[in-house]
Amino acid sequence: MKKIISYIINRIITALLYISGSITSIIVILIVIFLFSEGAGMFGQEPTEKGFILAVNKTNKVSHLSAEQTKLIFDGEITNWQKVGGKNDSIILFRMDNITDYFTEEQIGENFEHLPACISKVVDSIPGIIAFVGKTYTDKNFAGKELKVDKLTVRDFLFGQLWFPTAHPVAVFGALPLLLGTFWVSIFAILFALPLGLATAIYIAEVANPVVRNILKPVIELLAGIPSVVYGFFGLVVVVPFIQSVFNLPVGETAFAGSIILGIMALPTIITISEDAIRTTPRSMKEASLALGANHWQTIFRVILPYSSSGITAGAILGIGRAIGETMAVLMVTGNAAVMPHTLLEPVRTIPATIAAELGEAPQGGLHYESLFILGCVLFLITMLVNLAVEFISRRNKRVAS
Amino acid sequence: MYKIESKNINLFYGDHHALKNINLQMKANTVTALIGPSGCGKSTYLRLLNRMNDLIENVRIEGTVMIDNKDIYARGIKIDELRKKVGMVFQKPNPFPKTIFENVAYGLRVNGISNKSYIEERVTRSLQNAALWEEVKDKLKKSAFELSGGQQQRLCIARALAIEPSIVLMDEPASALDPISTAKIEELIYELKDKYTIVIVTHNMQQAARVSDRTAFFYIGELIEFNDTKEIFTNPQNQRTQNYITGRFG
Repeated sequence: MKKIISYIINRIITALLYISGSITSIIVILIVIFLFSEGAGMFGQEPTEKGFILAVNKTNKVSHLSAEQTKLIFDGEITNWQKVGGKNDSIILFRMDNITDYFTEEQIGENFEHLPACISKVVDSIPGIIAFVGKTYTDKNFAGKELKVDKLTVRDFLFGQLWFPTAHPVAVFGALPLLLGTFWVSIFAILFALPLGLATAIYIAEVANPVVRNILKPVIELLAGIPSVVYGFFGLVVVVPFIQSVFNLPVGETAFAGSIILGIMALPTIITISEDAIRTTPRSMKEASLALGANHWQTIFRVILPYSSSGITAGAILGIGRAIGETMAVLMVTGNAAVMPHTLLEPVRTIPATIAAELGEAPQGGLHYESLFILGCVLFLITMLVNLAVEFISRRNKRVAS
Repeated sequence: MYKIESKNINLFYGDHHALKNINLQMKANTVTALIGPSGCGKSTYLRLLNRMNDLIENVRIEGTVMIDNKDIYARGIKIDELRKKVGMVFQKPNPFPKTIFENVAYGLRVNGISNKSYIEERVTRSLQNAALWEEVKDKLKKSAFELSGGQQQRLCIARALAIEPSIVLMDEPASALDPISTAKIEELIYELKDKYTIVIVTHNMQQAARVSDRTAFFYIGELIEFNDTKEIFTNPQNQRTQNYITGRFG
């Protein structure tokens, strides 16, 4: 009887473990699928606002424009058709509101019944026009030519330099400034955190006396538990004004401020993992070095650090991973300008910050919404690569040590 | 005239009295075996000779250890200088995660030698002295971890020899090795005697009998008997020595 009960309990526990394992895996897979499926619809669509088209005069050679070109035209930065492959003629912008410049209200009609004809006339009469009009007003008698805007492609998304997801009449999704912003901030964070973290790890593992070590280690581990919004707050109140005054900048919210805050946030990871790696260096290895007349520092630099280099690398990469994915603190201190970064002392915008800041105002199912999910996918792929790198390095470590 | 001379050594780990009033002298170019059951203090004594015990916290040492008539625990003694003179081979092979060449060259490099041809010559000579040269001469650039356990241990011996010590301490150098590798190490010890003073800790009674000139028997921190190896094994003066070497305890 006892045997049967223990057998049943065993089976139940096995089943529970199996179920919880499966549920976790399924949830992870579902999240990934959700991420990709929500974003996947974006590519292959035209970025023109729904229900509207761009129209030009029939004589215009230009048949399609890229989203970026369209944006620049409507911003008045491109003013000649020559720049976009047409003939030498200045571009005249036409939005629906402008119709009153050409026709009186009577001509348009009380209920706008003549509006399509009016638009048609305007487009037909001005060779250099580009009109942004509702689709419903361009019936089959429309005298103009519809101008196609290039469909969204992965290439344009990853390498486009303009991020204007809510621009009229054409949204531009070039994620390069965001990608670069992320790398920019993360790389400088690691450049700042790695030497500091490594030095601290060496100090704790090899130099500090036990009393200091027992105080310092928990304190550093505590750093990892501080909510990121607190770091952001600290950054905003202390680091940002400091940078602003030291470098005499108009604004202190810069990539540099983000790097410093992220560096501080990556420190506990780097220190804890490196310190563990340093401490796992076998005692016999250290003794061998000392027995050959090497002093403590020679032993550290020539034996202990090479021996624990893969652990240290893993710590650094995990630190980078944390920096890349960090949202709140960066959102608070980097200034959030989605422009191509040129120096550290300019505002930048990272991918996570973009998602956090824009998702709330992006209509669900729209292009903007989908583009944010694609950004999420990119972030996911980057962090996955980072984790694979850690896996690869620690596996190599095991092979060397055995 | 003794090479190593220890007088009234007492050593404490915290409250634990690990070595009790040890007096032991060793002549140059002899092999001295330290035998005794586990925890008897023989390794502790060995590590006293190159001040390896300094690494342990809470250790307290009384008495004097003279090497070449100099007190190695006196003030102003440079520990790295001492350790250059007193090489050490450990129980388990512990090569560095470096190439075979760099393992042997390590001691030279940390002692500030950068003359390339001199280093090459020393590495070659040391590997030859450690009877490893023929086996590794074509793969000096390979990782030391690719060698077998016995080869690794001889590499560690070569590494210790490279800095030209006059004393070599061996802490159970063959205990982790197979019989063939053990035989090679023993042969090597026999040859090295010409140039070095060797102190070897061993659990293996036959090994002590084979390689050493003098044998010291330790028991619970005390030096029970110290005599010519032949005497110890054929005609022990102390009952406990006899019990130990005949295998009745330990």
